[in-house]
Amino acid sequence: MDFYQRMTSTFWRLLEAFLLVMAVVVLNFLLIQLAPGDPVEVIVGEMGGATEELIAQLRVQYGLDRPVIEQLGIYVGKVLTGDLGYSYYFNTPVLDLLLQRVPATVILVMSALVLSVIVGTFAGALTAKRPDGMGSHLVTVISLVGYSAPVFWIGMMLIILFASIWPIFPVAGMYSIRRPDGFAYYLDIAHHLVLPAVTLATIYIAFYSRLARTSMIEVLGQDYIRTARAKGLSESKVGWKHGLRNGLIPIVTMVGLQFGQLFAGAVLVETVFNWPGLGRLAYESILRRDYPTLLGILLFSAVLVMIANALTDLAYRWIDPRIRKT
Amino acid sequence: MKHWKSFLAATCLAALSAGSALAQSSVVIGTPGVPRHFNGAIQSGIFTFMPSANIFASPLRYTESWEPEPYLAESWEVSDDGLTVTLKLKDGVTFHDGEPLTSKDVAFSIQTIKENHPFKTMLEPVESVETPDDLTAVIHLAHPHPALLLAMSPTLMPIIPEHVYGPDNGPIRENPANLAPIGAGPFKMDEYKQGEYYKLVKNEDFFMEDKPKLDEIYVQIFPDVKSILLALERGDIDMVTFLSSPRDLARLSKNDDLVVESDLGQAIGPINWIAYNTKKAPLDKVEVRQAINYAIDRDFILNVLLQGKAPLASGPIVPGSPLANPDVEAYDVDLEKAAALLDQAGYPVGSDGMRFTLTGDTTAANEEMGRNVLQYMKAQLKKVGIGLDLRLAPDFPTWAGRISSYDFDITMDQVFNWGDPVIGVNRTYLTSNIREGVIWSNTQQYSNPKVDELLAAAATEVDPAKRKALYDEFQEIVVNDSPIYFLNVIPYSTVYKKGLTGVPDGIWGAVAPMDNMEWEK
Repeated sequence: MDFYQRMTSTFWRLLEAFLLVMAVVVLNFLLIQLAPGDPVEVIVGEMGGATEELIAQLRVQYGLDRPVIEQLGIYVGKVLTGDLGYSYYFNTPVLDLLLQRVPATVILVMSALVLSVIVGTFAGALTAKRPDGMGSHLVTVISLVGYSAPVFWIGMMLIILFASIWPIFPVAGMYSIRRPDGFAYYLDIAHHLVLPAVTLATIYIAFYSRLARTSMIEVLGQDYIRTARAKGLSESKVGWKHGLRNGLIPIVTMVGLQFGQLFAGAVLVETVFNWPGLGRLAYESILRRDYPTLLGILLFSAVLVMIANALTDLAYRWIDPRIRKT
Repeated sequence: MKHWKSFLAATCLAALSAGSALAQSSVVIGTPGVPRHFNGAIQSGIFTFMPSANIFASPLRYTESWEPEPYLAESWEVSDDGLTVTLKLKDGVTFHDGEPLTSKDVAFSIQTIKENHPFKTMLEPVESVETPDDLTAVIHLAHPHPALLLAMSPTLMPIIPEHVYGPDNGPIRENPANLAPIGAGPFKMDEYKQGEYYKLVKNEDFFMEDKPKLDEIYVQIFPDVKSILLALERGDIDMVTFLSSPRDLARLSKNDDLVVESDLGQAIGPINWIAYNTKKAPLDKVEVRQAINYAIDRDFILNVLLQGKAPLASGPIVPGSPLANPDVEAYDVDLEKAAALLDQAGYPVGSDGMRFTLTGDTTAANEEMGRNVLQYMKAQLKKVGIGLDLRLAPDFPTWAGRISSYDFDITMDQVFNWGDPVIGVNRTYLTSNIREGVIWSNTQQYSNPKVDELLAAAATEVDPAKRKALYDEFQEIVVNDSPIYFLNVIPYSTVYKKGLTGVPDGIWGAVAPMDNMEWEK
């Protein structure tokens, strides 16, 4: 009985996820149709002009001459068989294009996430001990500035400061174009990664430090903290083991929820830093009306957000034994 | 913290590698545009032409003074009636895959370009190409076609191998070799990371002696021009092509480590202009269009808005072309004359001090040669009682959609001559080329039978002097009828590090073979 129940609930959750993804596909497809101009105009623009015949030929080649509903049907049918279509602009299957770009985005988003969670949590936890101290106010001010400044602006300022005035970091890209070999290649990527990752992390550092601070203030007032102190544990053990571990729950929730937003921030950061990831590809696909590529990216990120949510559930169980037991 | 250590090490390493890279014979070019692919036989546009002209060879190439020179063709001969052109090819030329280049490939390429190239008029009169032997190609024309010689440039006539691009390998638009091209030009495609960079390497078996000089050319794609400038100033990249913003050019020309080469690519012939919708009242009246021209101070636009960095374009053919006619109406600013013309056209000043209001289109991205010009016009036209509302399109397809469906009054536009007028000029003025939905056709819907007649005659006129006279008259009429008010040549410039020599500076600018380029020893 228990097994049967678990199977049906898993089935319903999977069906729900599938329907959600299909809804994302259909909605995105229809939204894109609202944008003025079509991909063939972009291609013609790039070519410096073309004849009527060529324009018609391109529309037929890309299936743009058919009614929207038919195009949608064809697209959905293809997606169901795992075919994301063919990029009008890059002349390549969309899936290949996405797979080329995924590693860059994953590196960027993950570094920014790790950086922001670690720095933010520690800053928040430290200030929670003395909520009215100077350090606490300093962190609050920095957080507010970081949170309210637009991410592309921060990126540009960092470029001006650390790539132009004091040129210790590269302006753009993910690696030097004359590519070094072996280990130096990874160092080169790390070197290129610093500015974009810091930029993307800035907003979230602010966010996590505020969250950690509030959460920690609350946790430190709990009875079990008093108990821990009463049984003679050192102050650091009380703070880090008993306090922080409990204070982390809301942060983990936010990491999961914000995963999608982090991806959205990556669009801007990748564009500013010429980072060859999905975000920049998304931006370029919008400008070029490269619908199949854009749809592919949107679909991909929808799936990613769902996976992140599932992982959040798992992380709860790992951190909080109480959830594990239910 | 480990992170800091690795970051420091990376900094040192990066500094070291930057120092040693210069010793190699390679050049890094920065460009803002992504080529859709590299096959210039079926795709036009500067971002495809630049690699295409280096990967593929063509029958002829051109000197700075518009003189043809042998390239793949050792000699060429136009018959007296202008109906056949005979090419004698160099012996022993091979493609990058080792296969010989023969007249069959030339015939195949010409046929492919005729059928697929966006510039349809370029090879339209070609009826057939005969190949009596492996090294002779005879082009038969339906009527004389003087534009053909310029069309045999590396930019416009890449000779592509039939065994790679032929019908045996499927439809040419879907041929994978478009992204991994095989040609007979000075450089071979080594690697392409879509939207990021491509790398060209020296063709060791190139048919011209001691060329190319460089071992490698990297072309790095930056979506943002500002980061290209920064990378160039820092020395991360060696060269930038097709910069045109007067503000950027002014900034770079102050840098002592860089050379700014302007006034390139007269054959590309890019003109920035104001186009009128001649079928829409009140712009359907020639007096109204002329009045607007007289109300605008073009010298102010050139010298102040464009900082004297962009040359004047007085008519439809760029001043650098041997066919240009500089003696056309200059529309020197004259507000009284403008007001008189408007009164004469039947648009008196209303009670609110205005005659009528128009919209002015451009794209948001086109700042210096678009939005700024329109804003200036708005202030200036108000003086003669014309209101101008700016309508900025968020991106190119939005703008192109409006213009090609005739949903506009006035628009800023940038249109290229592309060599001979038959290729890039006629399309804007011929009545037969008023085609709805096609951007850069005759979207002004301008129609003058005399102009149609002159252009038709000039297209087939073999005598250079007579041909020039026909185009002179055409330019005079078009400037008077004013479907367009011509402003400036777009100052496409190549900027590069001092010490780099042989940078292409001919009539095709940077869309030319870079086989002479090298670092000074």
